[in-house]
Amino acid sequence: MSIYSQRKRRDRFRENFGQFDRMLTFSVGALLIIGTLLVYAATRNWFAAQDLDPQYYLKRHVVNILIGGLLAYLTTLIDYRLLRAYTPIVWGLAVLGLIIVLIPGLGSKINGSKAWISFPGGFQIQPAELAKIAIIVGISMILAEKRDKDANPTDQDVLKALAIAAVPIALILVQPDLGTVVIISAAILAIIGTSGAPTRWVVGLLILAVIGGFVAVQTGVVDKYQVARLQSFVDPTADPQATGYQLRQSRITIGSGGIIGKGLFNGPQTNGRFVPEQQTDFIFTVAGEELGFLGSGFILLCFTLFFLRAFAIARRTNDLFGRLVCVGVIAWFAFQTFENIGMTMGLVPMTGVPLPFISYGGSSMFANLIGLGLIQNVHLRTR
Amino acid sequence: MSVRSRLNLVIVQALIISLMLALTGRLFYLQVAAGLKYQDAALSIQSRDVVNPAIRGAIVDSSGIPLAMDRPGMVISVDRSVVDKLPDKGSAVIARVAKLVGKVPENIFIATRLCGEVKAQQYAGCWKGTRFQPIPVTRTATKEQALKVLENSDLFPGITALSVPVRSYPSMAGENAAHVLGYVGSVNEGDLLDSSKNYYREETIGKDGLEFQYDEYLRGRAGIKTVIVDRKESVIKQAVSTQPVSGFNLVTNLDVRLQAATEKALETSVLRARSLGNRADGGAAIVMDVNSGKILALASYPTYDPNIWQVGLTAKQAKYLFSDAAGVPVLSRPMQGMYAPASTFKAISVVAAMSANYDMKASYKCPAAVQIGNREFKNFEAKSQGTINMKRAIAVSCDTIWYQIAYDQWVKDGGLSPKSGLHDYFFTAARGFGLGKITGIDLPSEASGRLPDRQWKESFYQQNKNFYCNFKTRAKKSDLTPYLIEIARENCIDGNVLRAGDAVNFSIGQGDTLLTPIQMTQVYSVIANGGTIYQPQVARAVVKSNGEVVQEFLPKVMATEVLPKKSVTFLHEALRAVVTEGTAAGVFSGFPVNVAGKTGTAQDLGNNKDGSAKGDTAWFASFAPVKNPKYAVVMVVSQGGFGASVSAVGVKDIYAALFGVVDGKVDPTQEIFPNGVPSKLPKVDPKNAKLVKP
Repeated sequence: MSIYSQRKRRDRFRENFGQFDRMLTFSVGALLIIGTLLVYAATRNWFAAQDLDPQYYLKRHVVNILIGGLLAYLTTLIDYRLLRAYTPIVWGLAVLGLIIVLIPGLGSKINGSKAWISFPGGFQIQPAELAKIAIIVGISMILAEKRDKDANPTDQDVLKALAIAAVPIALILVQPDLGTVVIISAAILAIIGTSGAPTRWVVGLLILAVIGGFVAVQTGVVDKYQVARLQSFVDPTADPQATGYQLRQSRITIGSGGIIGKGLFNGPQTNGRFVPEQQTDFIFTVAGEELGFLGSGFILLCFTLFFLRAFAIARRTNDLFGRLVCVGVIAWFAFQTFENIGMTMGLVPMTGVPLPFISYGGSSMFANLIGLGLIQNVHLRTR
Repeated sequence: MSVRSRLNLVIVQALIISLMLALTGRLFYLQVAAGLKYQDAALSIQSRDVVNPAIRGAIVDSSGIPLAMDRPGMVISVDRSVVDKLPDKGSAVIARVAKLVGKVPENIFIATRLCGEVKAQQYAGCWKGTRFQPIPVTRTATKEQALKVLENSDLFPGITALSVPVRSYPSMAGENAAHVLGYVGSVNEGDLLDSSKNYYREETIGKDGLEFQYDEYLRGRAGIKTVIVDRKESVIKQAVSTQPVSGFNLVTNLDVRLQAATEKALETSVLRARSLGNRADGGAAIVMDVNSGKILALASYPTYDPNIWQVGLTAKQAKYLFSDAAGVPVLSRPMQGMYAPASTFKAISVVAAMSANYDMKASYKCPAAVQIGNREFKNFEAKSQGTINMKRAIAVSCDTIWYQIAYDQWVKDGGLSPKSGLHDYFFTAARGFGLGKITGIDLPSEASGRLPDRQWKESFYQQNKNFYCNFKTRAKKSDLTPYLIEIARENCIDGNVLRAGDAVNFSIGQGDTLLTPIQMTQVYSVIANGGTIYQPQVARAVVKSNGEVVQEFLPKVMATEVLPKKSVTFLHEALRAVVTEGTAAGVFSGFPVNVAGKTGTAQDLGNNKDGSAKGDTAWFASFAPVKNPKYAVVMVVSQGGFGASVSAVGVKDIYAALFGVVDGKVDPTQEIFPNGVPSKLPKVDPKNAKLVKP
């Protein structure tokens, strides 16, 4: 290979990657590396004790990151404005997936929720993750379309957007996966708010969300296990063996880390597996115990930098669609982070959502990295 | 883009940043502000203490003979963490263990379940500890059974055979001593909550008697192995480990041979009383060194086998211990039994009379009865003894002399309207002997008896005033007799005042007066040694197994010169006369030891549970030899009948053993303490101790 072609390649690489927003790339990179270590820390002892490959989860997690990274890269290749063409397809696939999970025999129930489609070989996907992207891109498209630069969306536009979101949300509610519904609702609210739609919509939807939540609990639309989770949040001793146990152990595990933590791989609570689901939904407890306030605070810092940077990109773009996509993705990540970490620290009721970029899990990792790709895409096309 | 859009973007940004700040704040609280609290909580979740109890020290007599000691027992245990992982969850192994130790597999299965794992009706047999400690299924395994387990580990996975200490009572001289020794048992919830003690749940602790009193010395320090466990309670690693430290040995002042003889004499006396037609529901006998307060023997009847506490009390045994029909065997009568002292109390009345300047050489009338107010107080068996001197009055136990003296003194003190500057010679004399409070013997739950002086009258009146003043509505129908109604009326009006009858009754140890046998022993000890009150002491010293003395309990003088010299001389003569020419002369005729003492036959106005009137309390309180007294010996048989024929005979048996009386002669080779009560500490080696027969 000639020197020339090598240089040409390097240039093309710089062209492709060098233009990405560095702050975004670095903060997500840091979260991915920490997440990988935490997934390994959470699972190595457990698997070794059962004579299984201690690196089983580590290997799969790295593969997930690589696939997700590729998806993110692919997302940045086409101008995000052209993505609109694919949105109906993504939306359609998401809705199809959400229907499939509800069909007995096809969907599988994990922790009380029918959220997964199982494939042979232990491979599972969660259509709700895909639905998040479809909804964010879909309603951003509707609210930003056919407009003079300074015109705000009309009531009709908002109604259309809500109609698009309503179908997948309803399907997710049936699973039921309340945590994801809350996240999607937050993203929708942020998008509608930022779109310039009449303020009464934002206020009205907020009130509707509160009433809806209250009625759902009262009328029993929400499953018993979710009421139990809510009760154990209010009174952790109500159900000491199941949900309350999890929340109490989780808090103790994080608190016991202290300022500097017990050291990576050295957390007795983690190694004793006192907190269930510690490689997925409760992974922040591993960070809390083993890395202490310094390490877990650094994770919060990375998220905060990521959000600030993404907001900067949203502000800079003159394209409303791009801005709304950015805001939607930020609100999704931020609420999911808040729900997840807040749950492990006893700040919000328990919901089964993973921590973005950190938790083990393919579907969520792919969706998160595609979300990152979307923001980078907006950044790349803002000149 | 619209202004609203830009503005809302800023609002959304501010909202999201505040979410992140909320998380950071909460994180700071959990890990920095409250970090230590959560670190403690985590530690208690992860760590488990496996307690290895120490070998408990032995309790030995003054010559080193063990009364209680830990013996190796063989325990076979099931380790749930191993057994549960077997393909059949251990059912085959449990069946094999059951066959080996001769028990039903079902029982072994329940015995190895945590109490949360079994049905409510099986709670009696379930394991009250945790899953990760070996669960004992028998403590009395034989060596052969243990060897089978150890040699066939493939057949017995998770089963361990281990030697553990078991409390045993060698009874080398045939002694029982259950009430002195007390017993040991498992730590209960109440003990764990006691913040002054630092018990572990797995420990065995003293519950009564010496085992309780000196538990801190005897118990030793348990070894602790701290392990780190995971959520399923399987051990991840061992953290710290300390070895158990054996408890110290307790040397007592008891002598096993004398103890056995005292128990025998007491039991024989009770049975003799019964053969004479008395109920004789219990008794006590005590031997004390009058010159030091050392308790040389202490017996209570009825008694029980101390081993029952070790094997585990069955419901039947527990019922027996507290059974009224069996005489409540658990009651330690020497310290907890309270009886009217009757004539034995006259020794105290002598001191009272002498302080009131009565001449002991003068003669006094001893009529059949004395009229006091509207009541007639009769002599014992209503017999007149004519005019006699005081020594004779003590010897034949005349009551009427004392009625008159007590009444005269009561009148001098102002009668029903007491004067200032009261003499109260009788109460003062009783208090001088230390009565009215506990003796302070080093055994738990001592009762203080009852000294019915003016203060007691007042406080009793305050408590019962309402009852007497509303007698007609409050009393049982059967008690509404004209006589009782009249008494209630009097009590309602002036029940707080010491009446003539109270003063008269007190002088002969009747009425409301109650003494414990240990108090009686102390009184006669003081008379014997001429006026020094020693605190009764069972323990002699605490020693390490290498002989090093940890603590020595020297004689403790509570008061000196409590008796005037004159009264000591008179009492020695008079109490000797009881034995030579008085009420106990028949019993001691021809006995080679010069015993001085006093019989007592006390009326008890109470009723038994079955409604029958209580029988008389039979006392004999004594000391010997009358010149240079060494020992005080007291025996009481509740509802035993006459003091002389029941208790005096028992006391004579005790002296016979103590001095080695064989065929009416003292055989010095048979004497228990030929060189006096041991003053040197013995060599303590409970395992190899040999009994020397007197």
